[in-house]
Amino acid sequence: MTPEIRAVFQIFGIGFLVAILHTILKQSGKEEFAHWTTLLGFVAVFVIVIGYVDRLYDEIQRVFLSQ
Amino acid sequence: MHILQLVGIGLVATVLVSVLRPQVPQFAMLMGILAGSVMLLVVVRNMDAVVVVLTDLAREANVDKGVLATVLKIIGIAYIVEFAAQVARDAQEGALANKIELAGKVGIVVLAIPIVTDVVESLVHLLP
Repeated sequence: MTPEIRAVFQIFGIGFLVAILHTILKQSGKEEFAHWTTLLGFVAVFVIVIGYVDRLYDEIQRVFLSQ
Repeated sequence: MHILQLVGIGLVATVLVSVLRPQVPQFAMLMGILAGSVMLLVVVRNMDAVVVVLTDLAREANVDKGVLATVLKIIGIAYIVEFAAQVARDAQEGALANKIELAGKVGIVVLAIPIVTDVVESLVHLLP
């Protein structure tokens, strides 16, 4: 279970959780809570993804652009 | 280069993205970006050996170091621009993808100009 695969499954978990929370909150009438949880989940996932994209940028910088 | 692991990550990510897309499309796009960058990370890390061999060959053939550096830069630009443009296209943002590709092309042209001028100059010297 390499860290990459763990990150992919983590994000899937967060996304699915947010989707379920969204529908539950919408059913129970708390519309704005639903939107807030979706936004929060999105920001959390975005931070994780940005971390990996940042590592990719550093790697390309090191291998190609730093001769 | 453990190709099986790479293909495995790609397949798993594809399945997970297709599951997520109907519920939360933005998360599916983010997972696409994550899987793409993870796979490209492994590929670029393995490119290191190729770059080392290239520099050795260039040194033996006493090719100018700057020329090889430019070629490697162009390859790097091509990799990252291709990655970003495909991600934009996945998110149905064709216009953005074209802008990213345009930026990459301009960057490559700017990098290639010194080499082109060198070639032309050497040609002019050869002519009578």
